[in-house]
Amino acid sequence: MLWETVKLAMSSIRRNVLRSVLTLLGIVIGVGAVIAMVTLGNGASSKVQENLAKLGSNMLIVRPGQTTFGPGGSTDARSFDERDVAALKNELSGIRGVAPTAQKQMKVVFGALNYDATVTGTNSDWFTVQDWVLEDGQPFSETELRAGSSVCVIGATLTRELFAGQDPIGERLRIGSFSCEVIGRLAAKGQSAFGSDQDAVLVLPLRGYHRRIAGNTRIGTISISVTEAADIPRVQRHAEDVLRERRRIVPGEEDDFTIRDLTQILATMASTTAILTGLLGAVAAVSLLVGGIGIMNIMLVSVTERTREIGIRLAIGALERQVLTQFLVEAVVLALFGGLIGIAIGLGLAAAGAAVMDVPFNADIRVIALAFAVSALTGVIFGFFPARRAARLDPIEALRRE
Amino acid sequence: MSDGPPLVSFAGVTRFYGEGGGLVRALAGVDLTIGKGEFIAIMGPSGSGKSTAMNIIGCLDRPSSGSFKFLGVEVNQLSQDQRALLRRNFIGFVFQGFNLLNRTTAIENVELPLIYRGTPKRERRERALEALHLVGLQGRERHTPGELSGGQQQRVAIARAIVTGPLLLLADEPTGNLDSQRSHEIMELIARLNGERGITVVMVTHEPEMADFAHRTIRFVDGHIASDGRKQAA
Ligand SMILES: Nc1ncnc2c1ncn2[C@@H]1O[C@H](COP(=O)(O)OP(=O)(O)OP(=O)(O)O)[C@@H](O)[C@H]1O
Ligand SMILES: [Mg+2]
Repeated sequence: MLWETVKLAMSSIRRNVLRSVLTLLGIVIGVGAVIAMVTLGNGASSKVQENLAKLGSNMLIVRPGQTTFGPGGSTDARSFDERDVAALKNELSGIRGVAPTAQKQMKVVFGALNYDATVTGTNSDWFTVQDWVLEDGQPFSETELRAGSSVCVIGATLTRELFAGQDPIGERLRIGSFSCEVIGRLAAKGQSAFGSDQDAVLVLPLRGYHRRIAGNTRIGTISISVTEAADIPRVQRHAEDVLRERRRIVPGEEDDFTIRDLTQILATMASTTAILTGLLGAVAAVSLLVGGIGIMNIMLVSVTERTREIGIRLAIGALERQVLTQFLVEAVVLALFGGLIGIAIGLGLAAAGAAVMDVPFNADIRVIALAFAVSALTGVIFGFFPARRAARLDPIEALRRE
Repeated sequence: MSDGPPLVSFAGVTRFYGEGGGLVRALAGVDLTIGKGEFIAIMGPSGSGKSTAMNIIGCLDRPSSGSFKFLGVEVNQLSQDQRALLRRNFIGFVFQGFNLLNRTTAIENVELPLIYRGTPKRERRERALEALHLVGLQGRERHTPGELSGGQQQRVAIARAIVTGPLLLLADEPTGNLDSQRSHEIMELIARLNGERGITVVMVTHEPEMADFAHRTIRFVDGHIASDGRKQAA
């Protein structure tokens, strides 16, 4: 019987194509907009998360001054030195490594070719802490680190741009007046969370960098990689104590450095995404409400317009319940059609948007199912009142109407 | 055929429309008994209450006062759904103005009462086709009312009324809009349904020629039954 009713509803929808399409429009637009936004939002946030993860996992970043996260930061605070790094390495437990970095954008020259790269002075922990993979060659030896030898490891972009993919190991690169021998090359990592090319990098022993490039012994950033994610807060507190002591900060005085937790940043991003999703949900609710009122309006018009038809059905022996079901099913079928079309359009828009914005296209089946369910529910809720009105018509009165 | 309660019995049935100054008395105390298998013509001037009486007999409407029994059951006490079930199972109604569903094919119109009865699809199709054949509309099954002549629409309406095999066929001016040739065809069809299938027929007509097909003629005047006569040896 229900299937018969569905077919009845379908044929009545088909008999009024234009009206049906107009009824659908509200729901199509509502569902389409929501699906497109949520799908794009998912793609964008998963891209950001992926990029942040590329920075390294379980990483604490220590910078001088009360800076905000991001490239740059204040320079007036005391910077770190090698003894700070050594102290952290000695005193902290549960860590995979501590990497000091000092860096500068410089032109790297090979023969007639040159390329702008981030020239980074660091130690061999840097590879572990930042999750770099050496594709060929070797990291710095203890001797090279201690002596600040003129050796370097280069990123995939430099390998490509300066050596056209040929083996760079053993070649010499020039940076300003300084030259170094390439002893290793890194696997590609791609763009950073901030959109810069992480592979345009040249790494050399910190002491070599200080002496030959910077002309000072400042360390801009110390990265600490924690073994267990759950251990991050403890290590962070401990590192803070160590540095306060080293920098002789009296109790009650504020830190003159900042320790940032990358996972904390990820969590912040996740909550931002949650707020965004909540907002989208509100937009969805409003647009579905509008769509639902559209359906109710059309169904009410349709009940008035079809009074005679309803009278005929009742006179022929349809029960109240059957007429109610017919109109309800009609509303739900309409709403579901609207939902389906909306989902298709929304996914289409999201796919196009994802291509344009260069974010992954993440269609979430749960969101789609939810949109579908909400469309059906809209049909039920907003179809019920008109349907009941139809079912309660007096057949005689209904038949007299033209 | 006189076993059990009569098919229809009216006792002092009145029907008023409107209220206060605009009160209209459509039926003013009607007593009437209709037995199974009868073929009755109802006549009378316009506004005399014929359609009102038909609607009550058809369990579509209820008297304002008095008793109306269908198969011995006091219809006044039934709910809207219970009356719908009576209509569905025992009564075929051919309305004054066809009342077919627009933009719906003849066969779908005829199938409609069977859909509400829950008849399975195959059987429904067969019975609807049979009914359409009976009224001489083979080959027109897929036409919508808009594509059919008045007479053809009237025959679709009759097919829809008889497709369920009703006990009682009510026809309100079934030949009202037809020329005399078509009118005769329709009347012969109705007479055949009464004679061959034993369907009780009550029909309203203005034309004595059509009333001649019936076995009994009831004349309404001003909400009363003015005369009620049987044809001798039909
Ligand atoms: N729903 C209604 N509301 C108000 N008055 C009504 C209604 N239905 C019928 N009437 C009135 O009741 C009286 C009887 O009407 P009815 O339709 O029974 O007449 P009828 O004999 O069928 O006439 P006709 O031959 O023109 O069809 C008329 O005066 C009519 O105006
Ligand atoms: Mg009438």
